[in-house]
Amino acid sequence: MKDRIFRLALFIAALTILLLTAGIIYALVSRSLDTFAEYGIWGFIANPEWDPRSATEEYGALSFIMGTLYTAFFALFICIPFSLSVALFNGEYFKGTKISSAVSSVVDLLAGIPSIVYGLWGFYSVRPIVIELGVNAQGFGIFLSSIVLAIMIIPYASSLSAEFISMVPNRMKEGAYSLGATRMEVIQRISLPTAASGIVASYILALGRALGETMAVTMLIGNTDRIPRGLRDTGNTMASVIANQFGEADGLKLSALIAIGLLLFIITAIINLIAKLAMKKLSAV
Amino acid sequence: MMESITASNRLRKGKDKIIYFLVCSFSFLAMIPLFLILWDVVSKGYKNFNIRLFTEVTPSSMDALLANMNDEPIPGGILNGITGTILIVGLAILFSVPLGLSIGIYLADNHGKRFAKVVSYLTDLLQGMPSIVIGIIAYAWVVKPLGGYSALAGSVALTIMMLPMIVRSTEETLKMLPYAYKEAGLALGASYTNVVFKILLPSGFGGIFTGILLAISRVMGETAPLMLTALGASVVNWNVMEPTSAIPLLIWDFYNDPNLVDLIWSSSLLLLIVIFLLNWTAKIVARKWKV
Amino acid sequence: MESVKITNGMNPILELKEVSVSYTPGKNAVDKVTTEIYPNTITAIMGPSGCGKSTLLRAINRMHDLYPHIKTTGEILLKDKNVLEMDAMKVRRLVGMVFQQPNPFPTMSIYDNVLAGYTLNGIRLKKREKDEIVQHSLKSVALWEEVKDVMTKRGSFLSGGQQQRLCIARTLALKPEVLLMDEPTSALDPISTNKIEELLLELKKEFTIIVVTHNMSQAARISDNSMFMYLGELIEHGNTTQMFTKPKNKRTEEYLTGVFG
Repeated sequence: MKDRIFRLALFIAALTILLLTAGIIYALVSRSLDTFAEYGIWGFIANPEWDPRSATEEYGALSFIMGTLYTAFFALFICIPFSLSVALFNGEYFKGTKISSAVSSVVDLLAGIPSIVYGLWGFYSVRPIVIELGVNAQGFGIFLSSIVLAIMIIPYASSLSAEFISMVPNRMKEGAYSLGATRMEVIQRISLPTAASGIVASYILALGRALGETMAVTMLIGNTDRIPRGLRDTGNTMASVIANQFGEADGLKLSALIAIGLLLFIITAIINLIAKLAMKKLSAV
Repeated sequence: MMESITASNRLRKGKDKIIYFLVCSFSFLAMIPLFLILWDVVSKGYKNFNIRLFTEVTPSSMDALLANMNDEPIPGGILNGITGTILIVGLAILFSVPLGLSIGIYLADNHGKRFAKVVSYLTDLLQGMPSIVIGIIAYAWVVKPLGGYSALAGSVALTIMMLPMIVRSTEETLKMLPYAYKEAGLALGASYTNVVFKILLPSGFGGIFTGILLAISRVMGETAPLMLTALGASVVNWNVMEPTSAIPLLIWDFYNDPNLVDLIWSSSLLLLIVIFLLNWTAKIVARKWKV
Repeated sequence: MESVKITNGMNPILELKEVSVSYTPGKNAVDKVTTEIYPNTITAIMGPSGCGKSTLLRAINRMHDLYPHIKTTGEILLKDKNVLEMDAMKVRRLVGMVFQQPNPFPTMSIYDNVLAGYTLNGIRLKKREKDEIVQHSLKSVALWEEVKDVMTKRGSFLSGGQQQRLCIARTLALKPEVLLMDEPTSALDPISTNKIEELLLELKKEFTIIVVTHNMSQAARISDNSMFMYLGELIEHGNTTQMFTKPKNKRTEEYLTGVFG
């Protein structure tokens, strides 16, 4: 019967997601095995050395893990005041107004700009400012990449937070207002606590986005294969080292890069899972 | 007693005003980068934004160097990138749309079942995957077996990126349709297949099409996965088995070659125009088709 | 409990024999219902919320097939053929259903909505046949005059009452044997409700109608025969006038006098 065939086709389509995920995990793990066999899983993760020269070949992921964490968390830190303000602007203060939809549209456009254009802008327009500020001589590094990264994740953090803030029921806020609270107090004591899980979830998602960001960071971070010694230093992230060095890699180096890809995959998967759990907590409220 | 209440009231009102001011200022500041970027791209890009951009392929580094030395405009354009993007993204659309729609329909109709929940979770997982990792996958699955870079590999990577977005928007759209449509259709004796194709999908067309447009605009600007799969080419290529260029790949090439730097901004301008057009179209479709 | 029904001197068109429906194993939402429906009558199924009346109605046109965990047992004979053993899609073309919420298909014009039963089933008609069907169906629901000049427009601008009449026309276009209506007027205002009740009284000349309603006065106004259900069981069924004036079962009397709702 036509229906049975159609339903079967739909089921098979859904099955492909399963197969795809399994295939991805298999592809990453199988090609990382050489690296883990050579250094051990923990040995690879904890090793800050990355030396592709054939005589002293040694690969370790720590420099890039640190670089990733530095840039992503610093970017998150910078983005919070801005995205929270936009979220409050759209979800509370100017909820439903024309100016709010204008602001939302502008922020949405920020999300549409490709990573490589952010990288170009960061290189040509922001780097000179960073050099002026005396952060470091060439401008490249954690500081520059984090700033641009922060701007890139503002839309993700703010639009989801705005939704949760606007979903706080009016009757709860009215209860507080009728007791004489100011707007700020209502936000501080009612709206934000109620929307808290959702807001936290949106920031975790933004963090996930920042962890995986490739092009803009590659162009701005300075591409040095060692643990950054602070915000002024250059470095490399897991994503950027793959982008830079995958091209002619083979043998153990290729396996090491893929192992880094596996680590990145796992980290972003865990972050997204945490965000999901945080949001589930909200819907239980 | 009354004075302290009035005084603390004034303090609270003051705090309130300060916070209001801060929220507005920071929101305003958050919007500035967009205009800065647009200004940069437009002001630097319009000079080279001419018909040559669309009709000629990228110049070799040598030709560009000579032109620069003679203070002439760089010969060439990004035709190979434009055709490459059309080929790679077009193929990805061909793969991801039917598959994404089917999965979305399945999830909407089997909501709550364990298998559907697993598929739903994995779809979210795939959506969160960094694009460079997807590039590695496409490299492993297409480039390695085929023995070389190709447009096909690039399309596979972009398909994996587009799939979760299309699945989600299809599922959400269908779930929002009143259940009555499905029931009334079935009550008229129609087959499930007919109800889906003749009632549900047309009714949900707005949301579904918007989701597809947004997925396209998202992958148009992707560079990282293409670096590992399509690699790039200096000629127009329509053969899916050969290395192919794409607009973002060319921008990356120009960035890395000091002789070709002038073409960066016009290419970026083109890319931004296309992406913004897609987003704008999506917004219009979403508004017009509100069921 | 049964009292003599209005039969128009004919044999039953629909017979329910020990029909039970369960959502969870062991617990029947509809429990061993046995009754007969006569041609060209309006039968009202009444009872308090949760008594199983909608569940019973939906068993007749096999809507429960959509949910694998719902089990239906017993026999439902439509002109001596067991509906539960027939092909579900065939059943639905013979037994039409109108729902509580008017739901004209949003992407189709009024014209196409009336014909939806045919298009969805892949039945091709000539333009002349289509026009005839549309006109006849819309006339039989007293909607023709109101929409004949705007038939190419989508139905969403019509009022609730008009939309519901459009849905009835859509169902009638397939010329079903029996028309099932699940609280057809509870979402409508009193004036539209009145119009539709008058419509049903007209339609019964051509069709057999079963109406689930939570509104007793509606049952009293329009139905020939009634069924009273409580907690899944058929407590009493028979001639409406007799049931309302001299109910045989204490529960029925309690329900009709408002002891519980």
